[in-house]
Amino acid sequence: MWDYTKEVKDHFLNPRNVGEIEKPDGIGEVGSMACGDALRLTFKLDKEGRIGEVKFKTFGCASAIASSSALTEIVKGMTLEEAEKVTNKDIAEYLGGLPEAKMHCSVMGREALQAAIRNYRGVGSDKKKIIDGKIVCQCFGVTEHEIKKAIKDNHLATVEEVTNYTKAGGGCGNCHDDIRTLIKEVFLEAQQEEANFEKPTQYDILTNIQKIDRVSHLLNDMIRPTLQRDGGDLELIDLDNNVVFIKLKGACSGCIGAASTMKDFIEHKLKDDVSPKLRVKEVN
Amino acid sequence: MKTVYLDNNATTAVAPEVLDAMLPFLKDLYGNPSSMHNFGGQVGKFIDKAREQCAALIGAKRASDIIFTSCGTESDNTAIMSALSADPSKKHIVTTAVEHPAVRALCQKLVKQGYEVTEVGVDGSGILNVEYLKNAIRKDTTLVSVMWANNETGVLFPVEEIAKICEEKNVPFHTDAVQAAGKVAINVSNTPIDYLAVSGHKLHAPKGVGFLYLKRGAKYSPFIVGGHQERGKRGGTENVASIVALGAAAELAIKNIGRENKEVRLLRDKLENEIISSVPDSFVHGDRDHRLPNTSNIGFKNVEGEAILLLLNEYGICASSGSACTSGSLEPSHVLRAMKIPFDRAHGSIRFSLSGYSTEKEIEHTIEKMPKIIEKLRSISPFKSRG
Repeated sequence: MWDYTKEVKDHFLNPRNVGEIEKPDGIGEVGSMACGDALRLTFKLDKEGRIGEVKFKTFGCASAIASSSALTEIVKGMTLEEAEKVTNKDIAEYLGGLPEAKMHCSVMGREALQAAIRNYRGVGSDKKKIIDGKIVCQCFGVTEHEIKKAIKDNHLATVEEVTNYTKAGGGCGNCHDDIRTLIKEVFLEAQQEEANFEKPTQYDILTNIQKIDRVSHLLNDMIRPTLQRDGGDLELIDLDNNVVFIKLKGACSGCIGAASTMKDFIEHKLKDDVSPKLRVKEVN
Repeated sequence: MKTVYLDNNATTAVAPEVLDAMLPFLKDLYGNPSSMHNFGGQVGKFIDKAREQCAALIGAKRASDIIFTSCGTESDNTAIMSALSADPSKKHIVTTAVEHPAVRALCQKLVKQGYEVTEVGVDGSGILNVEYLKNAIRKDTTLVSVMWANNETGVLFPVEEIAKICEEKNVPFHTDAVQAAGKVAINVSNTPIDYLAVSGHKLHAPKGVGFLYLKRGAKYSPFIVGGHQERGKRGGTENVASIVALGAAAELAIKNIGRENKEVRLLRDKLENEIISSVPDSFVHGDRDHRLPNTSNIGFKNVEGEAILLLLNEYGICASSGSACTSGSLEPSHVLRAMKIPFDRAHGSIRFSLSGYSTEKEIEHTIEKMPKIIEKLRSISPFKSRG
């Protein structure tokens, strides 16, 4: 059975931006026939250096096609610096989530985008493998860097989860021990970061008013416009220590589905852009 | 939207006659056949009748050679473990590379327990190399297990010939006949088969019931140990209603087997021929002359199976795919891999499996939609096809 959201179904049945741009500024190709999915992404920049036109061609399952379509919608209008920051999670979130076993489809989207940007900057694909480190999974050509990034971004803890997200380990299984080692490495690195995190960050020395100012700026600039497009909104109610209290409004309020994803989404943004210590709490 | 069900190798509809036969045992006749009182005891004779009906389906001379189980997998597992128990010092099994998981997964588990398993391969059209199989049998071979018909391609294996080879070499022979039963003639009375597994829900009985044919004299070791049911061969109170249903379904299958091989075959051929002539770069997987009459496995170049299935689903058409694009098994099915089908069409392979309930209208609906579906996906695919 297909456990797909209505967004995935919509992007699969009515994919946006299908095709190939002639004389593109950047072209990214990932995957292969043998792997079971492949994506070719082409883009052209406009006068302001933003992605003006972007198209895809994908061979793969429904979620691979939907992820590609979503990716093109997400990055359209972005500068390359902005587009570079798009993660596989952003793609999955845009689609209202993907089944665990299909997360690799969103990873493929991110990789095609990165490859296209590298191509624009004149960094060849050979260089990619050098940047990404040695290939861990020989069956699907997945590198150490790709695996570690997926582990870090998605908090993966088992070989099975890594396979779900990157395909690594889904073939002969010879690399399972290597993947386990990488999971351990990322875990240790994260612990190290946590230790550093205990030291006061810049955010901690701000006054309360400065903190509120920074949080409300981020909400107003980054989050509310997106919500307003769909007839929703939110309000910053209070900030107590590191807990941000928000109230969902409009179409967002009362939507059970929205509440949990929204909380994760906002918290994620706040952590990235303001302070990693921040937590979001929804009030009614 | 009406459902067009072309996935009968996955499961089938319960036939109305079968449902009628089983319902009394879910209502008034709920007694336990092991009871001393008449109310329970009277149920036993219906089980006896079902046993005879099932024996007739496979040409078994004695109804007592039939053991009712919960499914095809239990029948397969019971057979294999029974054969192995005959001589624990023998540690070699011969099977094929294209078995159903009911056999294959158990063999893989047995490898971990110290068994050696030889998987005999198939050629590009799914035909088994019998000579290779014959040579694979060794002195320490404790079992040969070969399916009667492959579930994905429908390709038939020369089970009678293999059974004779095994008899000559004095090695027990098991066959998984889950897909074959009811679709092709089976006669165990003139074939030295030791174990044969059948599942109810593939032949219009409900899910949760199957049987194992056990040749008299073949080694047996109960898989489920309990009461004296099935003459001590399978513990657990009988699933009376489903056993009666399986009997009724067996009788119905005997009646319909001629129709299966004429009308169903014609519809299948029509579906297959029209699709491969209207869709460029499409290929039939499996030997077209040695196949179940209801199964068609078609590979579409440069598109992915799950995407095809989801679009078919939009038109109410149910089929299944030979490649699972889930991370756990990113590769095409073990059957298509064993046949060395090129990746570009193995990933896009679809299995249509018909039944006696399939109609001309349904087949025409599918024939009409298929080219559009493939065209749509190819227009998205980065790989080029002709046409």
